[in-house]
Amino acid sequence: MASTPPAPAVAPSLVDTLFQRSLNDLVKSLRADPSAAGEAAAVARALSEIHREIRAPDAATKSVALQKLAYLSSLHFAPVGSHPLAFAAIELLASPHLPHKHLAYLAASLSLHPASLSLLPLATHQLHKDLSPSAGAAHQQHVSALAFQLLASPAATAAPDLPVHLAHDLVQHLARGSPRAIAAAARVIAASPSAAVPVLFKPLAACLASPDPRASTAAAAAFCDLSAPPADATPFLPLAPDLYNLLTTSRSNWALIKVLKVFARLAPLEPRLAARIVDPVCQLLTRSSAMSLTFECIRTVLTALPAHDAAVRLAIGKAKEFIAAADDPNLRYLGLLALGMLGPAYASTVNDCRDAIAKSLGDADTNIRQEALHLIMGMVNENNVVDIAGMLISHVAKSDPEFANDILGAVLAACGHNVYEMVVDFDWYVSLLADMARTLHCAQGDEIGRQLVDVGLRVQDARPELVRSARTLLIDPALLGNHFLFPVLSAAAWISGEYVDLTKDPVELVEALLQPRTSLLPISVRAVYIHAVFKVITWCFSVYVGRLGDSGMAMDVMFDRLAPDQTVSLDSNVALGSGEEQDIGASTVRKDPFSHESILYMIDLIQTTVGPLINCNEVEVQERAHNLIGFVHLVREIQELNKRKVADGDEPSRLKELVKTMRTVFCQELGPVSVNAQMKVAPPDGLILNENLVELAGMVSEDDTTPSTSIFFYPCSRHSVDTRDEPAVSIGSSSLSEHRKRHGLFYLQTGKTEDEPNDYPQANDSLPSSSNNSVINDDKSKTAELVFAGKKSTATKSRPKVVKLDTEDFLSSVMPSANVPKEDPLSGALRDVLLGSDAKALSSQRASDINLEGMLNKTSSNESSSHLIENLGSYPASRSSRTTSKQQNDDKEKGTNPRESDGKEPRKHRSSGRSGHRQGKHKHREKSSTQPDTIPQASVIQDFLL
Amino acid sequence: MIQAVMVISTQAKPRLLKFYNFQAPEKHQDLVRSVFQLLSASPDSVSNFVKVDTIFGPGTKMVYKHLATLYFVFVFDSSENELAMLDLIQVFVEILDRCFKNVCELDIVFNFNKLHTILDEMILGGQVIETSSEQVVKSVEEIERLEKQSSTTSFIPKSITERFTR
Repeated sequence: MASTPPAPAVAPSLVDTLFQRSLNDLVKSLRADPSAAGEAAAVARALSEIHREIRAPDAATKSVALQKLAYLSSLHFAPVGSHPLAFAAIELLASPHLPHKHLAYLAASLSLHPASLSLLPLATHQLHKDLSPSAGAAHQQHVSALAFQLLASPAATAAPDLPVHLAHDLVQHLARGSPRAIAAAARVIAASPSAAVPVLFKPLAACLASPDPRASTAAAAAFCDLSAPPADATPFLPLAPDLYNLLTTSRSNWALIKVLKVFARLAPLEPRLAARIVDPVCQLLTRSSAMSLTFECIRTVLTALPAHDAAVRLAIGKAKEFIAAADDPNLRYLGLLALGMLGPAYASTVNDCRDAIAKSLGDADTNIRQEALHLIMGMVNENNVVDIAGMLISHVAKSDPEFANDILGAVLAACGHNVYEMVVDFDWYVSLLADMARTLHCAQGDEIGRQLVDVGLRVQDARPELVRSARTLLIDPALLGNHFLFPVLSAAAWISGEYVDLTKDPVELVEALLQPRTSLLPISVRAVYIHAVFKVITWCFSVYVGRLGDSGMAMDVMFDRLAPDQTVSLDSNVALGSGEEQDIGASTVRKDPFSHESILYMIDLIQTTVGPLINCNEVEVQERAHNLIGFVHLVREIQELNKRKVADGDEPSRLKELVKTMRTVFCQELGPVSVNAQMKVAPPDGLILNENLVELAGMVSEDDTTPSTSIFFYPCSRHSVDTRDEPAVSIGSSSLSEHRKRHGLFYLQTGKTEDEPNDYPQANDSLPSSSNNSVINDDKSKTAELVFAGKKSTATKSRPKVVKLDTEDFLSSVMPSANVPKEDPLSGALRDVLLGSDAKALSSQRASDINLEGMLNKTSSNESSSHLIENLGSYPASRSSRTTSKQQNDDKEKGTNPRESDGKEPRKHRSSGRSGHRQGKHKHREKSSTQPDTIPQASVIQDFLL
Repeated sequence: MIQAVMVISTQAKPRLLKFYNFQAPEKHQDLVRSVFQLLSASPDSVSNFVKVDTIFGPGTKMVYKHLATLYFVFVFDSSENELAMLDLIQVFVEILDRCFKNVCELDIVFNFNKLHTILDEMILGGQVIETSSEQVVKSVEEIERLEKQSSTTSFIPKSITERFTR
């Protein structure tokens, strides 16, 4: 293997060539200058030295160079071309010197990677030799240990032919129960199932039953690794008896942990398994003193045996002990983690620990706090959402900013989930939103603002409270300085403008919207503020003008409703402390917001504050200001109205007309818009969307050089579009739809009003209105209303109507189904082996299909499968319809004891205790069934376990 | 399985790196850096478990122990028990202590090979093969004895005498 050293570019000094630096010398030189530059220089020097030395003909020089190179590449991330290192390493693998060999194996396992795989075949023979028994026992053991190390290293497991050549060498080591061989076999199987499973799986499975505890432990760990989540655990079901044996007899905590992990994966696949393992697991749980094993038991019970109440209670009790461990944050964290494993269906069980969990919210440890928050959010339902949210918000003040926002985000997400399905009392929720916005570190303004507007659009009954909350937000000048709250303020301004008829004091509102500190707001929010003022003033004028016209009874009723809350407005008046209003005479203004004085006051206020904004250089603000000032000018005569009173009937009626028109502009109620409202827009007559426009392509493409901004008709786009759409769709319509996607806004004109239900039912009506509007899909709240209708007298507040569109339902139901389990090669290969001759008839693809189906069926309809089995027992004739020989064998066994087959329902197992001698009998049966071709997939396992 | 074992100094220098799943060599430095960021961000006396899905892939967790000037880090997936991994770090440190007689960072800096030998006696291909510290110490001593037997001269640096005898 000696390669002649090429002449070095720069002749090294005599000292360099005579004395080779050892690894220790190298480390010392690297440490001499700890600065980054110094280190880089030292590494560069060492590398050039190594490149010379590694070509040396003698093994000693070469091995030291290799060692240095491995060190540099591992810990100093030296950009070593993998090639020279890999080659030298493989060269030295064959060295008879043990230290050289050791070094070579180390370097190879550290540095080989898929790019250098071409070299690995060179090592195959050496590995084969080192794995075969020869020479002295101790020496040989060491050498084969090194070989296992390389075989299990990441690069080697990616090499496709290595397992094929070396699998047989592993078998004899497996037979001796060497833990190294078992671990290496697991890696090899995981890396290339198709080649390794037929050879290695059975010897590996045999190790599970080995009397040597080290072997059985290693085998349990190997199977735990192989059945890990991305892989399918079904093929490991036949190993259940051996694993069960290990579970009941092993004394090694390590082995028990691994066995529990495998069982936790198998139990959901085989319902009877849970009933079988629950007792031993509970015993371990009460008996074990090792925390790791206790934790694993808790995890197994909570994830795989949630139906066994006694076990779950025991596990939760232990988890509580973990949470209460004052001196160990690790246990506290894991305790919370364990409680979180119990699925949402069992949230009520976790509810018992709410106090303990709530205490953890104040823990010093971020992990623990996060986990506690996660748990608490998991147990929220419509009955306790008020308590929990209140408790959480009180925690916000005590937490650091980051966690405070985590809490706020979690509360917002939980309450807003699926169109506020958990919120019953929207008045409470709206005030909670406002409280959240005012908490110290709130950075969730976007979401709070969005939800405020959304609730306003969807829940009519929440609007009075919304307007009240918006008022408190708007009049507080301190909030205007916090940039996180801008979206909230924007939403509040929009709400008070949109639902202005619910406001108690429009004058105060206008003052708040025009207060001097609004200059701190960003342009977009200021525009919303000015527009809100516009809406408020329009409404005030319309009421005022209406009252001028007919001062009849209708107006009186209206004013009763709108009578200003004097104490509040006076307080805020003082708080606002605007000097200007003192001149007007605040007391008269306050008494009646629609008096002539207050109208004039508002007009003045608008002219002084909005007037200058006409020259604002931001178009949004400028435009809104122009609108507002323009409108005020139009109704200027209002000032004179008071003097002339009802002098001539002409002037006021013109004004009335104007104000009424403006008011109707804002009267139309806005509602949420469905995502696919687009589809409901009927194409106008004469427009043929499916018409083929391809003949236009030539015409358009001649001069159209910017296709991205307009509709494009390029023929080339047909392919890309056609693959997505149905092939019949012509290019014209597809590019139309493309355009529609991009400019969807402009397509929504007609038909939209049909989608928006305007007829909101009154929530406090005793009769729930039966609106036939097809867009509203709100059965849940309807039933809730029906239920609550009777309880009205007991002061229970019914849940108001929440407008919910069908598409939102549709989307939420579609999303979870996205994660379809995918087939992995390992389970396919395992099944081929385990199913024996039968499975060979099926292609692996077919088998995987069956597996998928089986998995789905098992999880979804346990009842139907058990029903089927019962049928088999009671009508023997139907059994013959199953044709495979295996199944017939199986049936013969069952036939001897028909009552046994009757008792296949999981429930019966649990109730009837299993006696010891029966267990023995089954163990006997297990032995016989480990023969290669009597292992069908699911039905035989019943035999193992019963 | 165990995905990686790392020993990183509080100065962010890696002292031992071993990956059991393939990680491209050019990515190693980034991995060490992001792990160290997590380590240095977490104060003492908090729980030692960190979810590292973003660094090592879905479902992975990291457990660490801060001893003197070193962080001992094990990265593992759902097939390992958190507390068992914490115990394993303890075992590893115990073994180092016994092999080096009061281990300190310098021992780890200057004993690249021996460190790997020890680790390989405990973990193979991401699987734990030995959890007893006595057993590991015994095996490591046995390996050293064997290698000494095999050749007493191989670790002596290339010397003038060697040159002349060839």
